[in-house]
Amino acid sequence: MSAPTLVTGLGIVSPNGAGIEEFWARTLAGDSGIATVTRFDPASYPSRLAGEVTDVAVEDNLPNRLLPQTDRMTRLSLVATDWALADAGADTAELPEFGTGVITAASSGGFEFGQNELQKLWRKGSRHVSAYQSFAWFYAVNTGQISIRNEMRGPSGVLVADQAGGLDALGQARRQVSKGTGLIVTGGVDGSICPWGWVAQTAQGRLSTENSPDRGFLPFDARAAGHVPGEGGAILIVEDAESAARRGVAGAYGEIAGYAATIDPPPGSGREPGLRRTVETALADAGCGPGDVDAVFADAAATPSLDRSEADAISAVFGPAAVPVTAPKTMTGRLHSGGGPLDVAAALLAVRDGVIPPTVNVSPDPGYALDLVGPGPRAARVRTALVLARGHGGFNSAVVVREHR
Amino acid sequence: MSIEDLLRILRECAGAEEGVTIDESILDTDFDGLGYDSIALLEITSRIERDFDVRLDDESIDSGATPRNLHSLVNDG
Repeated sequence: MSAPTLVTGLGIVSPNGAGIEEFWARTLAGDSGIATVTRFDPASYPSRLAGEVTDVAVEDNLPNRLLPQTDRMTRLSLVATDWALADAGADTAELPEFGTGVITAASSGGFEFGQNELQKLWRKGSRHVSAYQSFAWFYAVNTGQISIRNEMRGPSGVLVADQAGGLDALGQARRQVSKGTGLIVTGGVDGSICPWGWVAQTAQGRLSTENSPDRGFLPFDARAAGHVPGEGGAILIVEDAESAARRGVAGAYGEIAGYAATIDPPPGSGREPGLRRTVETALADAGCGPGDVDAVFADAAATPSLDRSEADAISAVFGPAAVPVTAPKTMTGRLHSGGGPLDVAAALLAVRDGVIPPTVNVSPDPGYALDLVGPGPRAARVRTALVLARGHGGFNSAVVVREHR
Repeated sequence: MSIEDLLRILRECAGAEEGVTIDESILDTDFDGLGYDSIALLEITSRIERDFDVRLDDESIDSGATPRNLHSLVNDG
């Protein structure tokens, strides 16, 4: 990649804070957004904890024209996009309509909207199903609604790879920027905290059944027994330096300097999982080596076998306990395709402020041989950070962010 | 179907763009001007069919029609 792809704006909707500074202050303070589910009564389900976005009055931030036709995760993504564009100082009315695009990620689409319509179909019949169901459930709906609302009609799409998809969206956005699209809205805001989504996730067998918020999500801990799901994520504005300069933007949070993705070999093959190769390929793409990386934001599955394979991959590349590793998602839960972009946002803020956010609640199992940051933040000069995300079904993705000088 | 019924259905099924209030002042604004696309019109007409037990021809209301046109169609056929 020749010209750097810059991140010039962030829009954050996280269970532990909406807006950049609120999220970052709470993250550095170790203030978790994980609690008992409130959006439905979880008493009869095996898993009861979630990271819910609680402090965004979505309905006050959007025209009511959009409300009958949008799932909650779409509303949150539209609000996050408004914030990200404002943060970047980008007025889309002044940008070329076909020179701007939207590339987001989604893991399941608008599940809560879909559940409501399927319940109407079952109870009342097909004539009661909303016409908006034709698109409101769909994976690409956030991209579509962001594109329509902001009149951005250049290269656009959606990446679907569970948790890894959020990083794949950034990789694809970077590819399109390098091919000449000036500015792209990217990242992901995801979530399906509704009974139907809950049952679907429960069936994957990776949800924690713990009831205490400080024991629900313990990656790299001997007590690890699954994760807590959440909702939210981050929208990023990425553009090339020329586009930013044209708009009179001098600074940037940093560069998306490298990206790679792999698929694991089939179960039972005995071959090594793809994560190590993903990391090495992303570092090579960024033109840097393991010694340049100042912090790793882990996927942090909190399933023992997956924690093991991630720790092994990190140690294989960097050496045992040789690089600071963190999982601020212990304060949000796993946000599906929103998780990777939120970690990238946190990595860029770590670069900005010279501090690595903590992993909370975890007593690291020394057997993993990781230098896990926590329970407090760690002051450190962060020039380069690596963000990892894995998706159910064998997806591995990595993004390298770097300070922009 | 009264005018009030129609306005309520417009609010619930399609809402309004920023700066627009769904009241009697929009009865002669065409649906395109209200920012309603074909799916919004489908949502509105299917709700009216259900609530008022009428059948509306899919072709009879397009983006050039107004809420008043729709009200007449439902009540006068």
